[in-house]
Amino acid sequence: MHSWLIVIVISLTTIAIRFLPFVLFKNRTPSFIMYLGKVLPMCAMAMLVVYCLKDVSLKSAESFAPSLVSGAIVILTYKWKHNTGISILSGTIIYMLLVQYFFR
Amino acid sequence: MNKKTFKEALKDSLNILPGYIVLGIGFGVLLKAKGYGFAMCLFMSGLIYAGSMQYVGIDLLSNGASLITAFLMTIMVNIRHLFYGIGMLREYQSLKKHRIYNIFALTDETFSIVCNKKAEDKDYYFFLSLLNHSYWITGSLIGNILGDVLPFDYTGIDFSMTALFIVIVVSQWENSKDHLPVMLSFAVSLICLAVFGSNDFLIPSMVCIIVSLFVLRKIRGDTDA
Repeated sequence: MHSWLIVIVISLTTIAIRFLPFVLFKNRTPSFIMYLGKVLPMCAMAMLVVYCLKDVSLKSAESFAPSLVSGAIVILTYKWKHNTGISILSGTIIYMLLVQYFFR
Repeated sequence: MNKKTFKEALKDSLNILPGYIVLGIGFGVLLKAKGYGFAMCLFMSGLIYAGSMQYVGIDLLSNGASLITAFLMTIMVNIRHLFYGIGMLREYQSLKKHRIYNIFALTDETFSIVCNKKAEDKDYYFFLSLLNHSYWITGSLIGNILGDVLPFDYTGIDFSMTALFIVIVVSQWENSKDHLPVMLSFAVSLICLAVFGSNDFLIPSMVCIIVSLFVLRKIRGDTDA
């Protein structure tokens, strides 16, 4: 039961966040908000990349090498093919191989 | 229904398909590994429909987190959606049909496509949102079922989330001339990570990023960079 309450809270909060700008800035949008709208998505992604890698330790190769190698593969394959799926798939497979067989 | 519009949405959605299927499978498998089945998977992918938050949600579920924690965590992880909404204000506010659904379904990936798009036929947004939503649900249900059937070591599958965000950063980097805000955000996030530690750096980062963007814009003299 508690599990269902948790996911309902997550769902309603997410929906509220998505609708908020359309309610708040119905008539007039302050220019700084418009500016944020333009640059913040990219900035939030940069922050989320850091969030994903937050538990990686620079002290041991076992910790940072898989992320470093796989991250580089994601960037390189994306530069090469510009295909999100190929990049995610190849990066993730390499990462799984690395953490399961090479850096355990 | 306009066939040409649907075709265009379908073509664009194919950029999202592989990522959503892979990420969705990863989510479904992970959810199953923590003991949650089909109904939970369908609810989460259907009505939360926010990939990174759903991954975090698995953590919350398996730790039996409090509702307050779930609420605050959702704000932290999903607050960026505010800015997708702001980015789409003009385009979505004026929609006559499917406005509510399109706003509900404005995910990272859907935004990454619609923000660079000026659709002539506004149904495009609905088709694209619906297609992406269906890929996500399908992927996560496949994963949830597979997780039961396939005895496989899924360790490391969570890197799919990291890979997704890296791809989005790279593609946005290529599509914009001004790279200072994103470099600033990287730097601020890393500094906050070092100062506040990995559990508590998200909120300070968000605040500091917004403040530094405000300052950056002031310094540059309010021009749209």
